[in-house]
Amino acid sequence: MKNVRKITSSKTFPPLVALFGILLFNVFLNPGFLTITIVEGHFFGQLIDILNRAVPIMILGIGMTLVIATGGTDLSCGALLALSGAVAVSLIRGKSTILNPETETPFIIVILATLAVASLCGLWNGFLVAKIGIQPIVATLILMTAGRGIAQLITGARNLTTGYPPFSVIGQGWFLMFPVPVFIAAGVFLLVWFLVRKTAFGLFVEAVGINASAARYSGINATLVIMTVYMISGFCAGVAGLIYASNIMCADATNAGLNFELDAILAVVLGGTSMMGGRIYLGGTVIGALIIMALTKSIYAFDVAPESALVVKAAAVVMVVLIQSPLFQNFRGRVRACLPFGRRAGEGA
Amino acid sequence: MKLKALLVFVLAAVLVSACSVAFAADRKIVVGFAQIGAESDWRVANTNSIRTACEEAGFDLRFVDGQQRQENQIKALRDFITQGVDVIGFSPVVESGWDEVIAEINEAGIPLILLDRTTDIAGDNYFVTWIGSDFLEEGRKAGRWLVEYMQKTGRGRDEINIVELQGTVGSGPAIDRKKGFEEVIKDYPNLRITQSQTGDFTRDLGKTVMESFLKRGERIDVLYAHNDDMALGAIQAIKEAGLKPAEDVIVIGVDAVKGAFEAMLAGEMNVTVECSPLLGPQFVEAVQAIMAGKELPKITYSIEYVYSQEVTRRVVDGRQF
Repeated sequence: MKNVRKITSSKTFPPLVALFGILLFNVFLNPGFLTITIVEGHFFGQLIDILNRAVPIMILGIGMTLVIATGGTDLSCGALLALSGAVAVSLIRGKSTILNPETETPFIIVILATLAVASLCGLWNGFLVAKIGIQPIVATLILMTAGRGIAQLITGARNLTTGYPPFSVIGQGWFLMFPVPVFIAAGVFLLVWFLVRKTAFGLFVEAVGINASAARYSGINATLVIMTVYMISGFCAGVAGLIYASNIMCADATNAGLNFELDAILAVVLGGTSMMGGRIYLGGTVIGALIIMALTKSIYAFDVAPESALVVKAAAVVMVVLIQSPLFQNFRGRVRACLPFGRRAGEGA
Repeated sequence: MKLKALLVFVLAAVLVSACSVAFAADRKIVVGFAQIGAESDWRVANTNSIRTACEEAGFDLRFVDGQQRQENQIKALRDFITQGVDVIGFSPVVESGWDEVIAEINEAGIPLILLDRTTDIAGDNYFVTWIGSDFLEEGRKAGRWLVEYMQKTGRGRDEINIVELQGTVGSGPAIDRKKGFEEVIKDYPNLRITQSQTGDFTRDLGKTVMESFLKRGERIDVLYAHNDDMALGAIQAIKEAGLKPAEDVIVIGVDAVKGAFEAMLAGEMNVTVECSPLLGPQFVEAVQAIMAGKELPKITYSIEYVYSQEVTRRVVDGRQF
């Protein structure tokens, strides 16, 4: 019983409930939604799609979780996603097209250059926030607009298409019957999780988020912590940008990652991380991203008229956020107290 | 003395006004253009065509990219009014919500030329002329091509399931391309649209939505996409589902961008209905006619073709977009 309580009182429990709620809704009203078959030697089905398509938001969200934990926001990550796609495809492209799949730049250079550009942009955000002291929303707003502009400059505002086969592996490949992006997301998650939970870095981030001055007085280099966090967010945008561009084999500077920063923030919030900062729930963010994509895919599966799709999505999000609200949590606590295995008197929330 | 001073003053005044008259005669025609954005290759080619044509004609072009947002475009239009431009060119991102700002333009007496898209404002007094493609006719062309193709391949009586990728919700081309297509296929009860969803004219959503269509478990014979970019994204989804695009699923696009020709040459797409973006020269002509005080017809269509898979490499290489 104690384990049950431990699970249900965990911060990631409400978002998990919401995710299962959406899936369950589909099971009853939309049979076939959960069917997974094997096509061309890999899994094939809606669930796999949800997992696969949630990856860009998930990776942006992981970076965003750290930024939000320091009490900031990174509005530029959607534009940086577009920028890194533009960098990658323009480096590969040379003269290659769908009909002529070749590259002029070694592939490893393409990847490293893209990630370096994205990380540097992130570092710039961190510099503005930590060193210059500009408010995070304003500081990252600069690259949110300029980043997309630079991306359009690189691509000449056209959809640069490429046909280079190794590049397609990143966003469309399969490994052990699962999509490659899922493994990349898992890699990024583990990397950040290790950094946050197995080193002191996570503690520093949370300390800075709760009270930057207090953290500074206790000997934490808050400036460095904040700059690192924004750089990680930039790096994440770079990885997500590679996946996004590879998925459509095209650098779409105008539409790639449009409004993704808001989806990433939503994923973080749905995952139970407070916008006030000071807490990191990486697992929650992953579930948050899955909730968003599960919702989107359900809307397609139910063939909701495009005119009303956004309303349906908004209504569902409101419900999920309500489930997590303190009011609902209190109510849940009271219900649990009435149950035979409910908490004993004096036990804390 | 006083008289002398007055004389000098009058002389100076005459000189200044003479100068300003001379400048006015030499003054460039100022054209404000509120573009939608750079959302597709088509739009970029359209922008380039307008820019080049205006430059060649020696206009002072004030070009504003609305980044697909109505509020940006409204702001641009208001700026044009304050700047007092001679003519405004405008491609509205969506059809509705322009009443107020267009009333302001009319009040300011600035001639308005609509390009490529339309608004839902009743009547045609609020603009001088509309230049662009007939989206309704594009939809009809796509429908007619499908009917002919089915008859040609001996499937004229078969039950055909069509899925549709719509453009941006509420945009002119999305509404008319849907209507035109439906108009033609409604006479053939065996042709049925089974699923329809918006892909927002982008590749990524074209792929994501098509992927969902394919998982519904219904047979899909035809994909009708409101633009080529969505079709190109959907082609990838079709391939990932283990099907052959253009064979298992017939792929119809609109716009005729270069990527569509490449896909057709690779045997992955069947047809694209042209929607020519090179409206610049026609736009310049209209501006010059307005400045010369000439009457203009309300509607000017651009000449457009249907390109099926049997296109030659020559056509592809000759494309500017």
